[in-house]
Amino acid sequence: MTAATLTARAVTKTYGTTTALHDATVTIAPGEILAVLGPSGSGKSTLLHCLGGVLRPDAGEVWLGDLRVDRLGERARTVLRRDRFGFVFQFGQLVPELPAIENAMLPMLLAGAGWPETRRRAGELFDRLGLAGLAGRRPGELSGGQAQRVAVARALIARPDVLFADEPTGSLDSLAGQQVMDLLVDAVRAQGASLVLVTHEARVAACADREIVVRDGQVGTLVES
Amino acid sequence: MTVSTTLLGLLEPEPSHGYELKRGYDSLFGADRQLSFGQVYGTLNRLERDGLVTAGGPAPGSGPDRKRFAITPDGVAALEEWLDRPEPPEPHLQPVLFAKVVLAVLSGRPAARYLDTQRAAHLERMRSLNTQRRSSRLTESLTAEYGLFHLEADLRWMDLTAARLDQLAAEVSR
Ligand SMILES: Nc1ncnc2c1ncn2[C@@H]1O[C@H](COP(=O)(O)OP(=O)(O)OP(=O)(O)O)[C@@H](O)[C@H]1O
Ligand SMILES: [Mg+2]
Repeated sequence: MTAATLTARAVTKTYGTTTALHDATVTIAPGEILAVLGPSGSGKSTLLHCLGGVLRPDAGEVWLGDLRVDRLGERARTVLRRDRFGFVFQFGQLVPELPAIENAMLPMLLAGAGWPETRRRAGELFDRLGLAGLAGRRPGELSGGQAQRVAVARALIARPDVLFADEPTGSLDSLAGQQVMDLLVDAVRAQGASLVLVTHEARVAACADREIVVRDGQVGTLVES
Repeated sequence: MTVSTTLLGLLEPEPSHGYELKRGYDSLFGADRQLSFGQVYGTLNRLERDGLVTAGGPAPGSGPDRKRFAITPDGVAALEEWLDRPEPPEPHLQPVLFAKVVLAVLSGRPAARYLDTQRAAHLERMRSLNTQRRSSRLTESLTAEYGLFHLEADLRWMDLTAARLDQLAAEVSR
């Protein structure tokens, strides 16, 4: 895996008449943990989706290293997301019918890796994330914090360059949320991945190296430098 | 320091007498603790001695309330220096942060920017407490947790206040 800088340059995204993001510029260095703060509806998730190749901006550019992400077609972006990005959301990301461990294995299997190798890697991540012993449980048999940790394992299994997390602790109480954050940060650091972390919680933001604030679709910092 | 700079802020729009200043202060900030006259005049005398206010010649009659106080350029500079400087992120900052926000709103200064500067200082402190929380013995870790919870509460209050600045401006400006 080659660590790469992720950049959005002057990105604009509109939904109908709503300008969700306007002229947004941000750079995430390899291995950096960036918190994205801002009021509800300000454009945080839209920014994350543009950076993560989920949405195509109407104007501006998104680069991963020297790869121009926003110009890629649907199919190429799907492959990019699978191979180089990982995603953790607030809830509802696990396949209810599959055991926890197989949920975590999915991205790597879809990328064509073999079962034994994938199972071994998932086992390592489960150990690191405090999930040992829960491999066979279905998502419905996990606590919220445990389910979020499985989601983290799934996001990390294919060794992404960049992990995107949108309110990853939003559905958890502060203790479980803190535990998920600590494990997430440690795992991201251990893999040398970067992390884009959308959150409204100061405690969660304090786990980041740096923060930006999105307001009315525009990106700023807390103190003008 | 808060009382004296707050009085400076209240004096900035127009010169005023001690009694009016006390009334203004009490109505905006005195919900928990009103100022005594002794405090008002003691503070004003100190500000005068330091050259931050001037006392206009007494009108006919006698007594301290005959004096009319006006802010000096040095006083404005001291006020702005105080507004611009983020408070050290410690627990129980609400009174001073609130005073800054109200005075900024009253004088048309960018209250949102002061809140941003303060947020940045809080987050910086939270980052170092977070390191302390993770790298130390439980006793130190729990101390760090206490600080984190309090700073988090401050930040929530700042978010809420930032979202209400227009309403606040409408309410405090006469
Ligand atoms: N699919 C969509 N269709 C239309 N408008 C949308 C869509 N997604 C987002 N918006 C609008 O774009 C703006 C930004 O939304 P976004 O989801 O990025 O905000 P956010 O900062 O993530 O908010 P929250 O903190 O509540 O999650 C909002 O005004 C929202 O209503
Ligand atoms: Mg969102």
